[in-house]
Amino acid sequence: MSSTVVTRNVVVRNPQGLHARPADMLVREANRHQAEIMLEKDGYRADCKSILSLLTLGAACGTEMSLMAEGIDAEQAVTLIAELFDSGFHELE
Amino acid sequence: MLELHGIPVSPGVAIGPALVLNREGYRIPNCQVALEDIEEETQRLRRAVDAVSRSLESSRMETAAIAGDSTGDIFAAQLQMLHDPRLHAELQRRIRQGNQSAAYAVSQVLHRYASDLRKLENSLLAQRADDVVDIEQQLLEQLGAVTRRPLSELVEPVIVLTHNLTPSETANLDRRYVRGFCTEIGGPGGHMAIVAKGLELPAVVGIGDFLQTVRGTAQVIVDGDRGIVILDPDDETLRRYEEGRERRNNLALRLAELRDLPAITTDGVSVALSANIEFPHEVAACLERGAAGIGLYRTEFLYLASDEEPSEEDHYLAYREVVEAMHGRPVVIRTLDLGADKMGSRPVSEPEPNPFLGLRSIRLSLKSPELFRPQLRALLRAAVHGDVRVMFPLVTTLSELRQSKLLLNTIAEDLAEEGVPHRRDIPIGMMVEVPAAVLMLDRFVKEVDFLSIGTNDLVQYTLAVDRSNECVADLYQSSDPAVLRLIRRCVDVAAEANVPLSICGEMSSTPARSLLLVGMGVRSLSVSPNALPKLKKAIRSVSLAQCEEIAARAMTLEAARDIDLYLLERLGKIAPELIVS
Repeated sequence: MSSTVVTRNVVVRNPQGLHARPADMLVREANRHQAEIMLEKDGYRADCKSILSLLTLGAACGTEMSLMAEGIDAEQAVTLIAELFDSGFHELE
Repeated sequence: MLELHGIPVSPGVAIGPALVLNREGYRIPNCQVALEDIEEETQRLRRAVDAVSRSLESSRMETAAIAGDSTGDIFAAQLQMLHDPRLHAELQRRIRQGNQSAAYAVSQVLHRYASDLRKLENSLLAQRADDVVDIEQQLLEQLGAVTRRPLSELVEPVIVLTHNLTPSETANLDRRYVRGFCTEIGGPGGHMAIVAKGLELPAVVGIGDFLQTVRGTAQVIVDGDRGIVILDPDDETLRRYEEGRERRNNLALRLAELRDLPAITTDGVSVALSANIEFPHEVAACLERGAAGIGLYRTEFLYLASDEEPSEEDHYLAYREVVEAMHGRPVVIRTLDLGADKMGSRPVSEPEPNPFLGLRSIRLSLKSPELFRPQLRALLRAAVHGDVRVMFPLVTTLSELRQSKLLLNTIAEDLAEEGVPHRRDIPIGMMVEVPAAVLMLDRFVKEVDFLSIGTNDLVQYTLAVDRSNECVADLYQSSDPAVLRLIRRCVDVAAEANVPLSICGEMSSTPARSLLLVGMGVRSLSVSPNALPKLKKAIRSVSLAQCEEIAARAMTLEAARDIDLYLLERLGKIAPELIVS
């Protein structure tokens, strides 16, 4: 089975941006998948399994980023992580 | 070998082993790990990570139980950081391929993450830097590598390399071991500069970001004359500096012979050379160098050197020590100059957007009688023991001067009523360090017994340059023609009114500029004790006519740089041995 590359655009919706708690959630979700998962912002790539690299993106509310995954479960990983972004990491209510 | 450039704030050259402090004030240890110990080093790191992990886990549960899950989440994020795969990949690489110790690798890598986070515009994210630093500290503690208070635990001579020193850290530097220091921020005239001069430690500040490049540095040369810091000098450079140090020591020995000779020009004009001090123990250095008196005793360091607020008795004992040690020579005590860059451990005023234009110095003292009264009481009491004079700093309006004098009077009456020994007839002076005071000086002279120009602040306020801001510190030039014009006006007004005038800022402490000031009519200079011998040598080498000619020519020049170059050229002919090579 060949590995697939999946890309999708995501937007940070929660008002406080991609701070420690959402980043923690993102890493937990990413760790459930084998795929290598990256977020790209302004040419800088962060590893979704590394909270330190996610935080240093400095992604504020409204930031648009490109979510990329490569691996056998890439499709599923991108879908679930994009959902986290869409729900504002459950911080919208 | 690497050469860095900064702002020279305290003269002299120091050579010694580097003590690198990171921003949080602990040491970044740097030692290479032997090949056969690398496996053990990675095990040590793993055990440290496990221990910190357990501690964070229990903090998370305790906090969640008390404050709810969302607060406990902070620790969850920290745990996530602690186990970050990228972090561990890099730590492993540094230990296995770079032979770095676990502690050094942890400190370097986490420090970089923290500084990347600090740079983020989003303040909430930038604050996460503290979480990273917290993990770094816990890991370093587990690895047994942290010396929490490295400056208080010195056992050998060091040169301190750090981002910044707080006033109290600077004031408490262990003079037995600290030979010099270099900092990333700071400028001439800031508290670090003043204390470094007071302690006679060669210092270079405002170097900009350099701590990241000093990893592995063993030896440092601090050239406090030229603002150069050399990391790991090669043999040639080291030899050159050691020879220079030798020449300097020889010069110092020759200058020491002038100690008991008067500071008098070749045609018999006498110049009073006094000393600026911050600590009572500096009196010894002043006497050794033949100071005519203490022209500026800065009293804020009673506040900055201690966590406790000084009592009236603390003030009194410090002043009395200085006054008695000076054996009847005048001691000018400047009242508290707190605020702006000089804050104690307990801030005495709220943070302000423009502290140098804010509640500082005499303004703060007049608004804080609980600070000001004990000092003034102590000052009048200490006056019983010698020639004490009081000087109010940063006076801008006549009303401030009058309020200060009124308060001093009231306090004298209180002391009289209480039957406490004191003197009330002491000379009262003011510092001239705001252009407004220069412009109004013809009125001020009617209400003071003496004047002292504080060039540090006068330069800052005249040229609109924050002297502690390294981005503009190069614009801070004491020899700027605008500053010279203000000084000239002060000299003229003071002479007309027959009020003694002294100059106590750092400007007067270079021999070249002192010739200019004497030529402009100044007859009293107060400088850091270590500058006294050179100044005396310069003054004893010229005639008043020469100084006046130098001043006349300098006043025609249009830029500080041209003026300084001209002065150096003249000094080079008059007293070539004073030009530092």
